[in-house]
Amino acid sequence: MPALRLAYRNVVGKGLRTWLNVAVLSLAYVLIIWHQGIFIGMLRHGSQAMIDYEVGGGQYWHRNYDPLDILSYDDAHGRIPAELSELISKGKATPILIRQAAIYPEARLHSVLLKGIDLSQTVLKIPSHHLKNDKEALPVLIGKRMAKRIAMKIDDYITIRWRDAKGTFDALEGKIVAIMDTPATAVDKGQLWVPLEALQKMVQLENEATLIVVGRDVVSIQDLPEWKFKEPDFLMRDIIEMVRGKRVGAAILYAVLLFLAMLAIFDTQVLAIFNRRKEIGTLMALGMSRGSVILLFTLEGAMNGILAMAVGAIYGIPLLVFTAQRGITLPEVTEEFGFAIPPKLFPFYSVGLIVGTVFIVSLTVTIVSFLPTRRILKMKPTDALRGKMS
Amino acid sequence: MILVKTRNLLKCYPMGLRKLTALKDINLEFQRGEFCGLIGPSGSGKTTLLNIIGSLDVPSQGSVTVLDKKIEELSHVEAARLRRNHIGFIFQTYNLLLLYTAYENVEFPLLLIEMPEAKRKKKVMDALDWLGIADKADSRPAQLSGGESQRVAVARAIVKLPQLVLADEPTANLDAENSFNILEMMVKLNREINTTFIFATHDEKVIRYLRRKIHLVDGQVVKDEIVNQERGNPCRH
Ligand SMILES: Nc1ncnc2c1ncn2[C@@H]1O[C@H](COP(=O)(O)OP(=O)(O)OP(=O)(O)O)[C@@H](O)[C@H]1O
Ligand SMILES: [Mg+2]
Repeated sequence: MPALRLAYRNVVGKGLRTWLNVAVLSLAYVLIIWHQGIFIGMLRHGSQAMIDYEVGGGQYWHRNYDPLDILSYDDAHGRIPAELSELISKGKATPILIRQAAIYPEARLHSVLLKGIDLSQTVLKIPSHHLKNDKEALPVLIGKRMAKRIAMKIDDYITIRWRDAKGTFDALEGKIVAIMDTPATAVDKGQLWVPLEALQKMVQLENEATLIVVGRDVVSIQDLPEWKFKEPDFLMRDIIEMVRGKRVGAAILYAVLLFLAMLAIFDTQVLAIFNRRKEIGTLMALGMSRGSVILLFTLEGAMNGILAMAVGAIYGIPLLVFTAQRGITLPEVTEEFGFAIPPKLFPFYSVGLIVGTVFIVSLTVTIVSFLPTRRILKMKPTDALRGKMS
Repeated sequence: MILVKTRNLLKCYPMGLRKLTALKDINLEFQRGEFCGLIGPSGSGKTTLLNIIGSLDVPSQGSVTVLDKKIEELSHVEAARLRRNHIGFIFQTYNLLLLYTAYENVEFPLLLIEMPEAKRKKKVMDALDWLGIADKADSRPAQLSGGESQRVAVARAIVKLPQLVLADEPTANLDAENSFNILEMMVKLNREINTTFIFATHDEKVIRYLRRKIHLVDGQVVKDEIVNQERGNPCRH
């Protein structure tokens, strides 16, 4: 039976009521996709920044290393394993040595982490090539957030105090040779990047490292006795969790919006079935079964969803394309997110997001359209024809 | 050929604690090609009987056979199929689908039997032509007069060339002129393609056209008379 075509005729014939429902529903489609697109864009940007500057293709952690326990750092070091030396020499992995230290900018103490990194590494985007050895002072690379916090500029000197492997305090002058502008706060705040070899000498841990970052193109990876491999997903679990939390939180907004749309559709359906009981009787007299009438009314309701898709596409696609290409300028507060938020965020509308949203909204519309039609099951054609509800 | 046959048909409606007997001991046979009517005062059970013959309702007791199908045994879906394929209804209040044009209203029963587009179009136009309302094809029911509306309803009932047309007070809302026109069309259809018509009416204008009059009183047949008259020559006005 050409129910779809009949349903279309009926829906369009309903006029204003249909278009009101369609407007609210289309807003639901567009808002959900747009909003979620921003979160996905955030996650993609944030995780890309982490991969570029921190995580790479994963990290080998020395078995004592626990990033949450700063006191563990001084024990978390070991000889760079022979199994990884080939990768390292090929530039597909790079060791990092982490030590605690203190600095005294403007005569105030700051606890910092000294991170030794290879000058020639290309595994991470950290511009370590700036850390060229300097005879008079230790070259230091910092991020722009750190620079702001300790009020340092390029060529400024800074006193660094640390303990060597035996626990003896030592100090020297460092010189800021570069300030990097990185979206990854995790390699910026509270950190001084210094040449790996220099740091190894300073703390008497030659050839040792705390962790080894593996390049993204490395595929075969096994755990080593002293070194545990951590997958990128594990290393980025905080940001993944945080964005997931925000996405779920946003769902409340969608639920309200959908609820309004569904209420309107439900109401329209209940009213339609009541107002059109004589028509329902006529349809049955003309030879439609109750099932077909139910299908027709359900399709009429579901058609709202289809029309909303079309209407939503008319204003939604330009909006989505425009924001995806031009980006969205976010207010400053977003620094608080704790991970990299670019000044301009590019929302990302994945196929899964669009298909998923369309599927969920259409399914809800169809269910809500169907529910009131069960009334028809109880209707007798003779009563319906007389305009009676049975 | 017997098209419709009722055997000891009884129809009751619950009325509070008691039961209202709307039809009782109805034993009727209708031959193919009949042009007949159920006549009786208001509340005598005409509509009830017509609805049961049309498989819109079921007997409380007894048996009704329509086109070799026992109405009381049909499932809802089977009853719908019987109506869809073989029965046309005409109502007192036209019951046109208000959102559809005249053309679409007439097309509707053909859509239900999934007739292919080209054939459907021809049939709809033929039916509209037949009833002299081809020029109203694109009008919606709200734009049609009562007479025009009923002609669309008749076109809708006969477009699929059903075996049986059931007309419940088809002229009750029409003036003499329109009633006459509609009835003439029906007579013509009956004569030319042998469509069986059963009316329910107490309208004298209709009764004069009937070739068989079944009188109902309080749900019972009190008289079943065959009228010998020349076809197409009833006394008019
Ligand atoms: N659904 C129903 N529920 C209860 N009683 C009904 C129902 N339908 C009909 N009746 C009763 O059955 C009797 C016959 O009704 P029916 O509609 O068949 O009469 P009718 O001859 O068509 O009358 P009219 O000329 O007024 O249309 C009436 O007393 C009516 O009140
Ligand atoms: Mg009646």
